[in-house]
Amino acid sequence: MTPVEIDVQRPKGDEGGGRRHPNTCPECRSHYREDELRHALRVCAQCGHHFSVGAYERIEQLTDPGSFVEVGGDLRSVDPLAFVDLRPYTDRLLDAELATGLGDSMVAGQGRIVGRPTALAVMDFAFMGGSMGSVMGERFCLAADLAIEQGMPLIAVTASGGARMQENILALMQMAKTVGAVDDLREHGIPYISVLTHPTTGGVIASFAALGDVVIAEPGALLSFAGPRVVEQTTGEKTSADFGRAESNLRLGQLDSVVPRRALRSELAKLLMLFSPAEEEPTGDHAPPPPPSERAGLGPAERVRNLLRLRGRRG
Amino acid sequence: MVRVTDEVRRLRRRFQERAEESHIWEAVQLARHADRPYTLDYAERLFSDAFELRGDRAFNDDEALITLLARYHGQTVVAIGHQKGRDLSERTRRMFGMPHPEGYRKAIRAVDLAQRFGYPILTFVDTPGAYPGVNAEERGQAGMIARSILAFCQATVPVVATIIGEGGSGGALAIAVGDKVLMQENSIYSVISPEGCAAILWKDSGQAKKAAYAFRPTARACLDLGVIDRIVEEPHGGAHTDPAAAATFLDEALRQALSDAEQIPAAERRAARRAKFRQMGVWGVVDDGSTEAV
Repeated sequence: MTPVEIDVQRPKGDEGGGRRHPNTCPECRSHYREDELRHALRVCAQCGHHFSVGAYERIEQLTDPGSFVEVGGDLRSVDPLAFVDLRPYTDRLLDAELATGLGDSMVAGQGRIVGRPTALAVMDFAFMGGSMGSVMGERFCLAADLAIEQGMPLIAVTASGGARMQENILALMQMAKTVGAVDDLREHGIPYISVLTHPTTGGVIASFAALGDVVIAEPGALLSFAGPRVVEQTTGEKTSADFGRAESNLRLGQLDSVVPRRALRSELAKLLMLFSPAEEEPTGDHAPPPPPSERAGLGPAERVRNLLRLRGRRG
Repeated sequence: MVRVTDEVRRLRRRFQERAEESHIWEAVQLARHADRPYTLDYAERLFSDAFELRGDRAFNDDEALITLLARYHGQTVVAIGHQKGRDLSERTRRMFGMPHPEGYRKAIRAVDLAQRFGYPILTFVDTPGAYPGVNAEERGQAGMIARSILAFCQATVPVVATIIGEGGSGGALAIAVGDKVLMQENSIYSVISPEGCAAILWKDSGQAKKAAYAFRPTARACLDLGVIDRIVEEPHGGAHTDPAAAATFLDEALRQALSDAEQIPAAERRAARRAKFRQMGVWGVVDDGSTEAV
């Protein structure tokens, strides 16, 4: 009866047998070369479908080149329960690391976004369904520690099926541990921005992911505690096509904004600016935009003349 | 000769595994026993006076989670617990102890009240999990669980949580972040139900017994992993065989835990509770290609 932690609806293109190539759009079946798709931020040029983005690629998309420094990269899961299902947990971990090049489902560190420093905690769904275990929990806390030490905001980008069953109760405790880190941020007055991407479900959405001072999501992302299949199987209720989607969550008051991936970096830069103290100026490669009057190259007198002319024309 | 010895050793090990598998499954069944004492049964025996605080002041009153203002050994406390039902109509009314977001909102309200008056909080955890329905999702189940965990993190009053039956997933943890966490001997605490785990990893919910063996939801395992502070004894055969005796054991453990929790200065309690949960987890550090547990 417990909500199943890892339950991700397969994209439409997967129905009816036959494996879909990862670079084929599940919505409109357009196919892309790897470099094309990467260049397009993994957004389908035809229909706007947002493909999954790996943690390092996401960091590359969001941060200024060369600015990212990782913390906790040397942490690895061990197998506290000697867990074996159809395969040993240690085998699954090894496979996941070989397939993704990641040590766990989250990469933590700090970088700059349009010149502004920020701590980052970015998840990768490809590593065991982005599941949350001891290493992920510790990495999130390390990112929060960095934010507090250096007085900079924390941005989390989530993609997860939920807690990692192979670590059972220790995985569940990561919910308390990560929320504790959010409490720490709040006590220190550190802004925390949560970016939810497809899918963010189970123990991750029910802990740190839901607690951003600002919560934004990518279009079409499934964001729910229990996935649609679990809801249907346990309660017998039917779920609609937009069940748990980012757009529904926005309508129901669970989110601040749904932001397309192309606009994500600039939206985050704007939020970092808004959360920064009044006198601080960005230190990086981008100077702040000049005031509109300067941009137009007009002095106050000319602006008044223009205004009068405009009014005269209308009157 | 050697081969026979190996065979015997293997059989012995298999025999031990089978015994442990049965033992773990027995705890799962006892934790779910229809006659097991629930939160209100303990409240009746532990508290001299109690007043039920109902409603979340926003939407409705979720009867799967109850909150009480109560007198415990001469001191006013706030009690928060999941509540299952005894007969079919009560079970339906109480949704088998599976709260909607309103339930957690009510819990947050109770934590806030305790905080304002400095009353200690006692929680009683007994749920298969938060209710996984369309309405619950639409009203923000995930966010409310997260906010409930946060409310418990932020409380500066003493908090003692006890798992008295099923500690199922985030729906249980939402009210289980305490300075001291206790577990009754035959209760279980896990990230997912054994059936749910089996359905996903074994692709067959009928393998629940195997799943339970693999992920060990028992009080013993939780104590060994540093997740709980103490196992609370139950009468022989389980709490349901003698609820009065079970309540006496629980009373003794709660008094002790509460007095321990009260030792922590209020100003340090929030950071101390955070630190307690921060150290939960097991991981290694890669060093020259090998992983060493820390």
